[in-house]
Amino acid sequence: MGAYFSEIFLGLKSLAIGLGITFKEFFKPVVTVPYPYKTLKMSDRYRGHIELIENEDGKPKCVACGMCQRACPSGCISLASKSVEYEVEVKGEMKTKKKKVLTKYDLNFTTCSLCGQCVESCGFGAITFSKDYNLASFRKEDFHFDLLNRLKERNA
Amino acid sequence: MSGPIHIRKDETFTLNVGPQHPATHGVLRVKMEMDGEYIVKAETVLGYIHRMHELMGENRTYPQVLPNLSRLDYLGAMGYTHGHVLAIERAAGIEVPERAEYIRAIMVELNRISSHLFWFGAFVMDLGGFTPLMYAIQDREHILDLMEAVTGSRLTYCYFRFGGLYNDVDDDFINATRAVIPMLRKSLKKYDALVTGNIIFRKRLEDIGPISAEMCRKYGATGPVARGAGLDFDVRKNEPYSVYPEFDFDIPVYHECDSLARYKVRMDEMEQSLRIIEQGLDKLPDGPIMPKKKPKLIKPPVGDYYQAVETARGSFGIRIVSDGTKNAYRFKLRSPTYSNMSLFDEACEGMMIMDALAMMGSLDLVIPEIDR
Amino acid sequence: MSLTILNAVVAVVAAIAFAAANAAYLVWAERRGAGRIQRRPGPNVNGPLGLLQPPCDGIKLMTKQLMIPGGADKALFMVAPVLAMAPAIMSFVTIPFSETIVAHSMNVGVLMIFAFASLGGMSILLAGWGSRNKYGVMASVRAVSQNISYEVPMLITVITIVMMAGTMNLKELVAAQAGGIWNWNLIPSLSSPLMPVSFLIFFICSLAETNRAPFDLGEAESELVAGFHTEYGSMGFGLFFMGEYANIVIGASLITILFLGGWDCPLGLFPGVWWFLLKIYMLIFSFIWIRWTFPRTTIYGLLNLSWKILIPISLFNLLLTAGLLKVF
Repeated sequence: MGAYFSEIFLGLKSLAIGLGITFKEFFKPVVTVPYPYKTLKMSDRYRGHIELIENEDGKPKCVACGMCQRACPSGCISLASKSVEYEVEVKGEMKTKKKKVLTKYDLNFTTCSLCGQCVESCGFGAITFSKDYNLASFRKEDFHFDLLNRLKERNA
Repeated sequence: MSGPIHIRKDETFTLNVGPQHPATHGVLRVKMEMDGEYIVKAETVLGYIHRMHELMGENRTYPQVLPNLSRLDYLGAMGYTHGHVLAIERAAGIEVPERAEYIRAIMVELNRISSHLFWFGAFVMDLGGFTPLMYAIQDREHILDLMEAVTGSRLTYCYFRFGGLYNDVDDDFINATRAVIPMLRKSLKKYDALVTGNIIFRKRLEDIGPISAEMCRKYGATGPVARGAGLDFDVRKNEPYSVYPEFDFDIPVYHECDSLARYKVRMDEMEQSLRIIEQGLDKLPDGPIMPKKKPKLIKPPVGDYYQAVETARGSFGIRIVSDGTKNAYRFKLRSPTYSNMSLFDEACEGMMIMDALAMMGSLDLVIPEIDR
Repeated sequence: MSLTILNAVVAVVAAIAFAAANAAYLVWAERRGAGRIQRRPGPNVNGPLGLLQPPCDGIKLMTKQLMIPGGADKALFMVAPVLAMAPAIMSFVTIPFSETIVAHSMNVGVLMIFAFASLGGMSILLAGWGSRNKYGVMASVRAVSQNISYEVPMLITVITIVMMAGTMNLKELVAAQAGGIWNWNLIPSLSSPLMPVSFLIFFICSLAETNRAPFDLGEAESELVAGFHTEYGSMGFGLFFMGEYANIVIGASLITILFLGGWDCPLGLFPGVWWFLLKIYMLIFSFIWIRWTFPRTTIYGLLNLSWKILIPISLFNLLLTAGLLKVF
């Protein structure tokens, strides 16, 4: 009989404690951010999709070596380049040299897993993470990024 | 509950719990043979989101598999990557700087807490209480913020590298973590008062959903499920790896074998993880986070390598058979939830459906990790 | 004669309007309250403070297609939601909001409300059975056993009060408590020392009768998906929803009338309808508060609570009060 009543009493007490906690929380300020109206600033190390970095001339730093392409686990980077001849002065005489110039740098963001292996593998510091995070679209094609174009738009 | 009185095998019906069901937390299907509210027989059907991570591990180079490991278990991703890097480091003989080891331990424990917090919320939601989930998520948010500031990602971290780490922690992280620890302790007290002490909650878990030590051994269940059944087994203590021998922490073990025991193990584990983090922050040495000498291309010598780690859900094993090339010949993952789930069929026989689903919640299932 | 009919029509229209407005805005209040408890704002986009959310929800529910699952019993499937809403509205007819605001004061008011309340269990049973869904059937069986076992302690408690007041007319029940908080049934008197316990029992029972958390076994969403209204969409679901909230208002009104002195002021001054509304909304707030604090009970825990704790105590209280009424 005593156990019966003590169980009822302790049970009611535990319920009252719970109610007390939620009552206190009721008067505390809200902690959420109303997302579409307010957005948070991403931390400096946030890993978004990748972007090309430009050099002083406004051209991409990328030398089209293809390391990122090979490092990517999902195969979402595809790039193309062409050879360009240019002249450079070596020891007082002009010499013709060849170098690769990036003509296309496509990122298929639909398969990207944001692992960051491409940025790490890059020996020239030519790609970085963007801070974009509210990417949403109804169309797949919107996530086939042409990074060269994006770079141009950024400069424009 | 004393169990079913008398089940008539000829008057049963089949209930499909899942693949889309609020209690399964993912794409899991349990075919239940029911007699009214009692379960006569249950059959777990897996494989709805199988993604062939093991085969991917054989087709890709070792560094390329790294992000896959985070996708196994989206709540405790850090622990799984830890297993992978430890296995490769052992195979390829890469030395890891001490600072990196400490940061790894801190990160894994932070992730363990965040995973347990989410489990706590989801578990109470399985029992019908919605509010604790919100409180748990608020606390977890602080941990995710900490980890995002270091790793750059909130869920699928991919932070560990063979031989070290992706980037170093700064003083901001250390100070912020020190500030978060007392806050979490306070929250744990709040959860104790709000949930653990609650009579309705206790009535739903005490002596319900028994999983004995024998059953754990039979199915290979590990982690909090086994520790709730009185098995004192934790890979961190029993087969120490990384810097865990340096830390002073306890392994909570309960002998009641019921759902409440498994709940208590996880709640106590959070406290122990906080202790490990505190010690790790105190002991954190200076130095590099990547080794000076690291092979450019990782090609472990021919052999068979195994590494087990204690993740939030139990003992995670990774076996790599190397044939000396840059791809693994065999890449086998032993995921804890798979073993923990497999005992559900036997354990839930004769239980009422609401108790069985509460027990399922206490197993802490993460479906992508079962269907890896 | 024609005046009586007019009277009845006005009363029913007013009851429907009150029930519907309450149902709509209690959903809003519930969501806002839950939001506050969980430290998030709740609905806040449609209109100031999200006050336009209920009309928006209503329009959405009304314009949705009504789906009847294949193999369902069409007639029962359609009748069940109506049966959930209609008795709730009927009960409003006899509830006195103040000395004058009452549609039809009946001598058997208490009895009538309980008669209509037990129809609620019927609608749940029909909904679960008619929709030909295993979850639905399981949930409706649960809900019905729950409703039946909680009606017993509830009625025993009511008998205690009816015995003390000597009437079943809700208006006279309130009149018997007039004159301040010390006259309310909540406060123990010499003849009824266990009244606070009775109040608690009645409160718990009305939570269970209205299928509110922590006793929402009929729609246990983490086990039985959505329980008896798993297959309902559109306004079928809307009617269940409104019926639930209308029942909550009735439950709160009953508690107010039986225990908290109806429209009476705690100090015995200026009685009026505002006191009644204040009391029922405070009770409704506590319903919401409880829902967002506790986990759900099990079905056997629920039945144990009724048969092993509530019924013995309320019976004891009934006998004690009966004995003491003779003495004093």
